[in-house]
Order: sequence, then structure tokens, then C-alpha cells
Amino acid sequence: MKHTISVVVENKFGVLARIAGLFSARGYNISSLAVSETLDPATSCMTIVVEAEDERILEQIKKQLNKLVDVITVTDFTKKEHADRELMLVRINYTPKDKHALTGLLEKYSAKIVQHTSDSAIIEAAGGQQQIKQLLQGLEAFGIKELVRTGRIAMAY
Amino acid sequence: MTGAEILIESLRREGVEVIFGYPGGQVLPLFDTLYDADIRFILTRHEQAAAHAADAYSRATGKMGVCLATSGPGATNLTTGIATAYMDSIPMIAITGQVKTHLIGNDAFQEADVTGITRPITKHNYLVKDAKDLARIVREAFHVASTGRPGPVLIDIPVDVQQKDVEFVWPEEVAIRGYKPNYYGHPGQIKKAAKLIASCKKPVLYVGGGVVTSGAAGTLRELAEKMNAPVTWTLMGIGCFPSTHKLSLGMLGMHGTAYANHAIMESDLIIAVGARFDDRVTGRIDAFAPYAKVIHIDIDPSSISKNIKVHIPIVGDAKNVLGQLLEELTKVPETSDWLKTLEGWKKKSPLTYKAEGKLKPQYVIEQINEATGSEAIITTEVGQNQMWAAQWYTYSHPRTFLSSGGLGTMGFGFPAAMGAKVGCPERIVFDIAGDGSIQMNIQELATCVCNKIHVKVAILNNGYLGMVRQWQELFYKKRYSHTCISGPDFVKLAESYGAVGIRVTKKEEVRPAIEKAIATENTVFIDFHIEPEENVFPMVPAGEAINHMIEGLA
Ligand SMILES: Cc1cc2nc3c(=O)[nH]c(=O)nc-3n(C[C@H](O)[C@H](O)[C@H](O)COP(=O)(O)OP(=O)(O)OC[C@H]3O[C@@H](n4cnc5c(N)ncnc54)[C@H](O)[C@@H]3O)c2cc1C
Ligand SMILES: Cc1ncc(C[n+]2csc(CCOP(=O)(O)OP(=O)(O)O)c2C)c(N)n1
Ligand SMILES: [Mg+2]
Repeated sequence: MKHTISVVVENKFGVLARIAGLFSARGYNISSLAVSETLDPATSCMTIVVEAEDERILEQIKKQLNKLVDVITVTDFTKKEHADRELMLVRINYTPKDKHALTGLLEKYSAKIVQHTSDSAIIEAAGGQQQIKQLLQGLEAFGIKELVRTGRIAMAY
Repeated sequence: MTGAEILIESLRREGVEVIFGYPGGQVLPLFDTLYDADIRFILTRHEQAAAHAADAYSRATGKMGVCLATSGPGATNLTTGIATAYMDSIPMIAITGQVKTHLIGNDAFQEADVTGITRPITKHNYLVKDAKDLARIVREAFHVASTGRPGPVLIDIPVDVQQKDVEFVWPEEVAIRGYKPNYYGHPGQIKKAAKLIASCKKPVLYVGGGVVTSGAAGTLRELAEKMNAPVTWTLMGIGCFPSTHKLSLGMLGMHGTAYANHAIMESDLIIAVGARFDDRVTGRIDAFAPYAKVIHIDIDPSSISKNIKVHIPIVGDAKNVLGQLLEELTKVPETSDWLKTLEGWKKKSPLTYKAEGKLKPQYVIEQINEATGSEAIITTEVGQNQMWAAQWYTYSHPRTFLSSGGLGTMGFGFPAAMGAKVGCPERIVFDIAGDGSIQMNIQELATCVCNKIHVKVAILNNGYLGMVRQWQELFYKKRYSHTCISGPDFVKLAESYGAVGIRVTKKEEVRPAIEKAIATENTVFIDFHIEPEENVFPMVPAGEAINHMIEGLA
């Protein structure tokens, strides 16, 4: 099962390597990782989506993260009410005759065209897991040429 | 002050009396400062030995061991020693030189990404980029290494940082917001534990290295006596409970006593204190302690419920938590039937060996035990020698059995003996060695002789990488693939370094040789030619339940 964890860390060089190293050394799988500075420039927030077979492994992951000296807090969103979002850019096949069909789909998911050429367009969309998944399914009809996703970020209610 | 002066002054303020190390280009400024510093410096003959010596200095004294090496190859040579300390949760400070800050990342001469390399084998590490940070970093490093679950901390210092002149500011306190170990058990958990203890019938105290770290041996004994509960310990817990005590069950696990393993398998309550349910202890995990509830006391939350299911976790320092438990415990369990059963098992299946045949390693250790009045500090190499040393010497005090448990590092024992002797010069220090392992750091003979660090080395010379040969004998049809190993003439070798060598081939020569070694004001190698194919028993084959022992309880 996938779990979203956010880790607030000291904003120092090498901290990302410590976190990544911990996951690889202990054989935990990272599905996605998003890192950026927080309001306090001395700390960064890493949102990590991990694959954990069971509760015990999830517990170990949290404990091991907490053990790192540069880790300040660890928040597990599994049993917390929270919002999570992801941003993606998708390049699809696109010609002006698709305009009508595409606009309808994009409106439904509050997505938009960032740029287009005579045969392709880059779509920008942000949303929860379900929304992103459905939008991608809708876009498949046009033909997806390239896909980049930021990975999930989350905030507790 | 220069960075180098700041480092040395900071070490002095942390109470460092001795550093083990080796010089090189990127630590020249540091060595120049050391030249007239009032800190003892011991020049080893290999950086790995410096790390083991510093580690064992910590293990023997409870004070901080410090090792020092140059960049690149000096630092990589330290890594085996750092990993050894890390696996056994031993506090240690490793200091390495690094190429100039502006050259880092350029593949400069003798550059290695040492903080990168040591990240998974240190509790924490630092690359010092500005001399102004140095004093604070040293302070933090000592704090992190010695508190909570201890471990090695490495400080990597570029040579220009060592040379830079800045003001020395000693931080009054350490403040690391992400690092706050928990020292006292949660009162609710203590209450629950006390309740469970009061109603159990077959308790076992299973104790480990955390009791040694915490200085909890006395409190442990109080609790055991109050509960009238038997005590078994891990390899790392040796010495934290007197093995002559009537409640003692000896070591458990793969080469533990049959009765300790059976006690665990029959127990209805295991109280684990500073022990981490290592696979050498649990054997087949799904068959481990089937009837027992488990109370687990550990300072590191990640040790708890890692390998086995724990019913009452208590995060805190062993000494504090045991003290809290003692206070809370008003009703104690009735254990006399249980103790009687255990007494029966002890009589039926004591540790034993066949005395006939060639010289027996167990006999040699018994004689070392007698000759030293059970009061020596014993270090070990790795293999059969290590297990025999664990089984056949009588330990009664913490910090007297120093062995690489978690990593199992051959070559640990001799430099460890050196470090222990430097820390405890008034004690007799014996390295119980194998003929294979001793050859991994034998160059330290020079360090011992040159610095008058008089340690005694008992080589249990079986001509084999014995522990591996034993597995080949038992599980690979006696196909002794590359485990027959030759060595030098250890007597002549010792003499060539200016140490003393004695060869022993007969039983009657054993005691006089040991007595002579103890009386000799020098480092002494005793080359005991023992039965080549002697095995360590009892033994739990890999992957078996711990009561399925070869030569175990019948
Ligand atoms: C050839 C060979 C054979 C071996 N055979 C055996 C065997 O038969 N039996 C055996 O037991 N071992 C054996 N070992 C050793 C084994 O590999 C482990 O090293 C050992 O079992 C671990 O001991 P421990 O559980 O006490 O943990 P340690 O590694 O000593 O860990 C200490 C634990 O205490 C905790 N702790 C630290 N400080 C405190 C504190 N202040 N308060 C509370 N808790 C604290 C730590 O968080 C940690 O969980 C063998 C090793 C080798 C090389
Ligand atoms: C550095 C290192 N390499 C390899 C091993 C694997 N190993 C474990 S015990 C052992 C044999 C040790 O032989 P010796 O020192 O003669 O001890 P004995 O078992 O014969 O007493 C070996 C090779 C190890 N533990 N450490
Ligand atoms: Mg041998």
C-alpha cells in the first residue's frame, strides 16, 4: 500500500542523500519524492510517497527517518485528514480540429494548455490522485507523447 | 586560532586524553598542532587499527575514543573500524582530513567523498566547510556520538579549514532541534509492565549491550533478585550480569547455552533490556518464544518491534526504566517452580567439551580465566575463538568482554586490546585470537612495542579459518574449500618486533606460558597449537528454532 509521509529537515547539503540512502540501504521503495524550502528557509519539506507492505514496515520507515539527526519532524498522512495534490505536464498529439474535444476535458479537470505547436500541445494539470488519473485516461484518446509529474505534496486539514 | 588549533582545543575541552591515528598530506596542519599539544597520540601501523583501538578504548572505559586519519586512503582504511563501532552502537569520533574546499569534487589527489562513503555507517557525519563552524561541530559530534543510542560520528575537515585563522568560540550548549533522545519510560507503560510482571510464571530477563552502555548492571541485578527471575544475555551483554550468580543462564542464541535457549522457548514473559533481537539470537523468527509476552526496553524506538512483535514497548534509558520498574513493582511473581526446572536443565546440559585428545581451546581459556582471577579484560577476534572466549571465561563486570558482535570483524581483537590497555593501563588485557584473524592486524605489534602497550595475545592456532571450516564440516560435506590457512612462525614474528613469543603444544605447558605472559613486561604472543578440528557447541544451525541445537539439551 502507498503512504504519504512528509518530513521536515534541516535545509543543509547532503540531507537529501541521507534520506535517499536510508531508503535504498533498508530496501524501502520510494514512489515519489517532492522537496522544497518551507516558510523557514532553514528547513525543507520532503513529501515522500512510500510503498510499504504492512504496518510494521511503515512504522520502521518512520522510526528510521526520525532517527536521522537532520530530520526535525515526520508526519504520516495515512490516518490523517489531509489534502494532497500533484502537478503534471503532459505532451499530447494535438491539431486544431481536436480543440473542442480537448477544451471540454480540460475544463472538467481545471487543466490548461501551456503551449502548442501544429501537431502537439503541452497540458498542465494539478489535482488529487483520482483527478490526475482520470484526466490521463481522458488524454489517452489524443495520444500521450511525454509525461512529467512532480510527485505528491500534502497538507493536513 | 587556526582551525587545527580550534579542533585540538575543542577535543581537550571534551576531555580527550588520547588519539589513535596516522598522518598524511591533508592533516599536516593538525599534526603540526598535535606536536606540542598535551594530548597523547598513538601512531598505529594501519588506520583500521586506529579505529578499532579508539572503539575499544570507548568500550573499555566509557570515555570517548578518537581516531584520526588523512583523506582518501587514510579515511577509507578507517571505514571497517567505523562500521564495526556502528553495528555495536559504540560511541567514537573519527576525524579525517579532506582536500581543500575549492578542490572538493574535482577528483583531486587523495580525494574521496568520505561523508558520502560513511553516511550509512555513522550515526551522523559532518563536512566542515568553514572554520567558524568547527568548535560547534565538535561539540555536537561528541553529544550525538555519546547520547541516545550511541554510535560513531565522523568529522571531515578540509586542509584549508585547518589552516584558516578565526576566532575561537566554544558554544555553551548543544542545540539540535531534530535530535532529542527519550530517557525515561512512559509511566503508563511502566504500570502495564509491572502488572504483567506480577502475574507471570516463567519470566526471563534477556539483556544486551544497552545495559552496558547505560551503566544499568546494578539496577538490573536488583530487579532480577527482586523478581527472582533468571537472566540471559547476548554476546554484547556479556558482563552486565555476573555469570556466577544463581539466576544466571549465560549467553543465549546460536552458540548460547542450551538451558538459556530452552528458557526462552518455554517462557511466558520476556523482558528485553537493551537487546535488539538479532537473528543470531532469535534463530527462526516465527518459532521464537511461542508462549511469551514481550516487554521491550530500548532507547531507540526503531529497535522495538523491528524483528518480533512486542506487547509492551518502553522507550527510554535502561537504567532509568529499570529503576522506574523497581519502584512500580509492588507485587512480584512466584518463580520457584520455574527456577527449579531451569536448575534441572543446567545440570542435565551444562556447557561441556571432551577433554581428551590434543590441546583443547576451551581448556586454554579456562586456564587464562584462572590465572587472571576472572578479572582481565578480554578482547576477541572473530570465529570459533570468539565463541569459546564468550563461553569459557567467567565474566562478572560490564566492559570486560570486547568483541565485534554485529559486524563480526576479523582483525578487531588485537588493536582492540591495545585500545583497552591504553584506557585501562592497570588491567591485564588478553586478546583471544584465531590464527586467521590475528594476521589481519598483526602489524600492530610495532605499535604495542613502541608505545609499551603490553597486551597479551592468546592465538588459538588451529590452522584453519575454523568457524567457516566448522560450517563446511557440518553443512557442506566436509569440503574444506580454502579454509586451511597457514601463518608465520608467530614466535619468531613476535620476537622480530621486539615482543615476546611462546609456543605451546602440550596441556602441561599452558598454565606456565600464561603465567609467564602475565609476568612479562612486554607484549606477548602465545601460539597455542590446538586441536585443528574442534567445533563450537552447542550450535543452532542457521534458520532453525533456537531449541533445535546440535549437542543441545537432550
Ligand atoms: C561468529 C559470531 C557468532 C555470534 N553468535 C552469537 C550468539 O550465539 N548469541 C548472541 O547473543 N550473539 C551472537 N553474536 C553477536 C550478534 O551478531 C549480535 O551482535 C548481538 O546478538 C547483539 O547484541 P544485543 O542485542 O545486545 O545488541 P547491541 O548491538 O549491543 O545493541 C544494543 C541495543 O541496546 C540499545 N541501547 C543502547 N543504549 C541503550 C540505553 N542506554 N538504554 C537502553 N537501550 C540502549 C540499542 O538501541 C540497541 O537496540 C555472534 C556474532 C558473531 C560474529
Ligand atoms: C574481515 C572478515 N573476513 C571474513 C570473515 C568471515 N569469517 C568469519 S569467522 C572466519 C574464520 C576465522 O578464522 P580464525 O581467525 O582462525 O578463527 P577460528 O574460527 O579458527 O578460531 C571467517 C573467515 C569475517 N568475519 N571477517
Ligand atoms: Mg583458526
